[in-house]
Amino acid sequence: MVVLLLAGCGEPPWNNPYPSQDTSRPIFFSSFSERPKYLDPARSYSSNEWAFISQIYEPPLQYHYLKRPYTLVPLTATSMPEIRRYDRQGNLLPEDADPEQVASTEYRLHIQPGIRYQPHPAFARKPDGSHRYWPLSEDELKGRYTLQDFPQTGTRELTAEDYVYQIKRLAFPPNHTPIAGLMAEHIEGFEDFAKRSGRLAEENAKAGRLWTDLRPLDIAGVRVLDRYSYSIRLKDSYPQFIYWLATNFFAPMPWEAERFHAQPGMAERNITLHWYPVGTGPFMLTENNPNLRMVLDRNPNFHGERYPTEGSAADRAKGLLDDAGKPMPFIERAVYSLEKEAIPRWNKFLQGYYDNSGIASDSFDQAVQLGANGEARLTPEMQKKGIALDTAVETSIYYMGFNMRDPVVGSRPEDPADRARARKLRQAIAIAVDWEEFISIFNNGRGQPAQGPLPPGIFGYREGREGVNPIVYRWEKSRPVRRSIEEAKRLMAEAGYPEGVDPATGNALVLYYDTALSGPGSKSILQWYVNQFRKLGISLVVRATDYNRFQEKMLKGTAQLFSWGWNADYPDPENFLFLLYGPNGKVEHHGENAANFRSTEFDALFERMKNLPNGPERQQVIDRMVDIVRRESPWLFGYFPKGFSLHQAWYGNPLPHLMANNTLKYKRIDGVARAQQQKAWNRPVTWPLWVLLALLVVSAIPAIRDYRARERSRAR
Amino acid sequence: MMAYIVRRALYAIPILIGVNLLTFVLFFVVNSPDDMARMHLGAKRVTDEAIQQWKAERGYDKPLAWNVQAKGIEKLTDTIFFDKSVRLFAFDFGQSDSGRNIGHDISQRMWPSLAIAVPIMLVGLTINISFSLMLAFFRGTYLDFWGVVLCVAMMSISALFYIIGGQVLLGKLLNLFPISGYDTGIHAWRFLILPVVIGIVSGIGAGSRWYRTLFLEEINKDFVRTARAKGLSEQAVLFGHVLRNALIPILTGVVVVIPTLFMGSLLLESFFGIPGLGSYTIDAISRQDFAIVRAMVFLGAVLYILGLLLTDISYTLVDPRVRLN
Repeated sequence: MVVLLLAGCGEPPWNNPYPSQDTSRPIFFSSFSERPKYLDPARSYSSNEWAFISQIYEPPLQYHYLKRPYTLVPLTATSMPEIRRYDRQGNLLPEDADPEQVASTEYRLHIQPGIRYQPHPAFARKPDGSHRYWPLSEDELKGRYTLQDFPQTGTRELTAEDYVYQIKRLAFPPNHTPIAGLMAEHIEGFEDFAKRSGRLAEENAKAGRLWTDLRPLDIAGVRVLDRYSYSIRLKDSYPQFIYWLATNFFAPMPWEAERFHAQPGMAERNITLHWYPVGTGPFMLTENNPNLRMVLDRNPNFHGERYPTEGSAADRAKGLLDDAGKPMPFIERAVYSLEKEAIPRWNKFLQGYYDNSGIASDSFDQAVQLGANGEARLTPEMQKKGIALDTAVETSIYYMGFNMRDPVVGSRPEDPADRARARKLRQAIAIAVDWEEFISIFNNGRGQPAQGPLPPGIFGYREGREGVNPIVYRWEKSRPVRRSIEEAKRLMAEAGYPEGVDPATGNALVLYYDTALSGPGSKSILQWYVNQFRKLGISLVVRATDYNRFQEKMLKGTAQLFSWGWNADYPDPENFLFLLYGPNGKVEHHGENAANFRSTEFDALFERMKNLPNGPERQQVIDRMVDIVRRESPWLFGYFPKGFSLHQAWYGNPLPHLMANNTLKYKRIDGVARAQQQKAWNRPVTWPLWVLLALLVVSAIPAIRDYRARERSRAR
Repeated sequence: MMAYIVRRALYAIPILIGVNLLTFVLFFVVNSPDDMARMHLGAKRVTDEAIQQWKAERGYDKPLAWNVQAKGIEKLTDTIFFDKSVRLFAFDFGQSDSGRNIGHDISQRMWPSLAIAVPIMLVGLTINISFSLMLAFFRGTYLDFWGVVLCVAMMSISALFYIIGGQVLLGKLLNLFPISGYDTGIHAWRFLILPVVIGIVSGIGAGSRWYRTLFLEEINKDFVRTARAKGLSEQAVLFGHVLRNALIPILTGVVVVIPTLFMGSLLLESFFGIPGLGSYTIDAISRQDFAIVRAMVFLGAVLYILGLLLTDISYTLVDPRVRLN
């Protein structure tokens, strides 16, 4: 039966998971492993969600695709925002005014006219001008379960009001915007608007109205200036705000779309903004079945954008400027298939059915060889297929933290001797835990040991000798060398723990490591940690728990040692150094300072640094801050993960971009080359089936003979 | 028989309440409403106010099972357990904690699960019965011996090995089938062959050995000897007497799983990227979506009870001596 089915498969390759006619078209095929939960730009905050909605929604700014360090450029804005600073009396300050004088800041944005939304039923109108699909009765909703069941679509021009409407949505409590708390600290009137709109939503809910129209409510600091201009007023100087303007949180939302989805019966049918985004970007989501596949098609109303013309000589040499000035997007469709397991995903990439892929640990040796100096190169098998490797140190950090409120690894702030004891203990541990070894064993070399909290690519990061953490490393022969374990033991002795013995008990000092890592896969990692501490005579007790309990311990401050990570929201040192800012402490303020580190000097420098423009003065402040945290060692700085990604030969303009998510428009696919390679790599092999069939027939012969003999035999 | 069915249906009510209570207790022993809120709101920049509001919107701000502050019957009814449980008995699953309609999702996702589970069950059953009948026919010969060895070997291999091995062999090395994926409508068959073949093959060892034991038990009974003595062919003896009389234990195992076919296969769906109910449940557990977990456990319990009832009824069809009263 299987053979018959195969015969009906038609033209090879038979294992092609896509319609054969799609292979040679400029369609991008990729995968995703986890269902995106929220596609509403007011709520979405995960990279797996932004991978989709960043192709659809357009905030006013974006990151330049080629320029490094990462540079903001206008997207729907006509130019970069006009930033006006005011003092306490409301007087306009000059651009180079002292940040301490700045009492409020105004961002004025002007957007391009003529930008239109993707076709969407929310904009569809009847001949009399009224909306086609609003209001809808229960009868009219019968038989409609997806957006495609609303055949009539329409569009309209993007206006400044849509951007303002979205900012109101960020403040609207039922939307649960993750950055609402942060924005309330900065945007004038944000908090007040949240209270008023929240009350209105409650009244509406009691009255059975599902949609709260936010248009009539004003938000003090956000104003529409004219059809294409709007302003945002901050109640302080917050230079990092400009980066938020390049995130989906600040993308426009047409009120019609929100009203359309808020109609009775829509949520019951799963027709919501979380499922069906509506934007002005180069692509629109035409199939959202995240249990199977998500499809982005080119937006026919896209306003047009051209490939960047500026780039480095290295970019030109790599062919990244070959498309300079050409209209984007280059691909007509992107198909993302759900692939939960790494093995099938990897095999399909090798068959040519995915255009790009990450590298799972299981497949690493098959794909990459590491040279003597740790440089990565592809294996001959990959090279033969024309597969290429891209690597980039991520703007993320993975660290091990000490809870500074703990009496053993932390200290009593009022007792200098106790502070010195705990600091020496932390410094000794920082030397002993060998992150180079960790990266080599558990990450296949995919990481860079961290010398401080700032990863490469972020202003303030220093390379070479001046970037080395002198507490943990020595500079020898033009490279950092980890200090010896003897030095660490000496520090232990100075801290009052000679050979790791706790004088209070006379036994080995016992420390506790809280982790959410569990299961057989994590056992080796946890044992490695135990071994690192054992070098100093410390007995490390691993307290593995589930993530919920782990978070609870962190919030209560009952953990002693823990591991944590941070992925940058934007390329500014403030976004890393705030992880050690006192008023951001996890226990007291439920902030992101998980170590609960507090240093008066560091906090004062942070206040100053965050308002300074990038330049020598800011670098000087950052250097001092980094020195403080190196000396105090509230973290073992761990490592900056290094991303390895592979792409096929037919995949054009590949460039890892760690800040931008809207990069699909730059990609190019040579479908004809792909079709040829897929055919060559996936020729069906049928002879084993015939051999199997023959074996079955042959093995059946004695059975048949035996059966016949039995049938002919007489009863005995 | 009607009285029997009604009685069984009434028995089901306390069982379902018990299952629901157990699910509730187990879930909330591991997860608190705060954990659920944090999981849904994300790890970054979540405020206490957002957590409280998330809980209030979904009714997770109430006491779990006993409201001390309330009066009278509300002590019991104004609780998370009551709120989340009562509607289930009307098969109103409500919305998931992330806002999706559970009933609609189930109605969409049960079809891919059935598309795999039904052929695996039907074809698998046919193959297992045929193979075990053959082993029973050749009992005591080298064919029987090597057949049993093969069965033991096959049942000793883990299901995961069959899946990964099958994908590598048939999808990657022989390039015969897509390694994973799914499509709707008529195009689904290309994606179903591999998981179905793997599902059938992985079940042959255990199934055939079990059925062979049943057949061998019947084959030595007096009525089989009598059938042979009156000159019936071995074929007629096997199909007309041995198979028919072994049907009761076979039905016990088969009919009970028919309704639960809806629930899908966790491993197969995960490895082949098939959007069925098996992966729906697993995703819900990992996302701490209590609404879906509760709905799926309840549905599973209902289907299992239904399966047991169908099994009892099927006995009356294959064995005229069985009466349900």
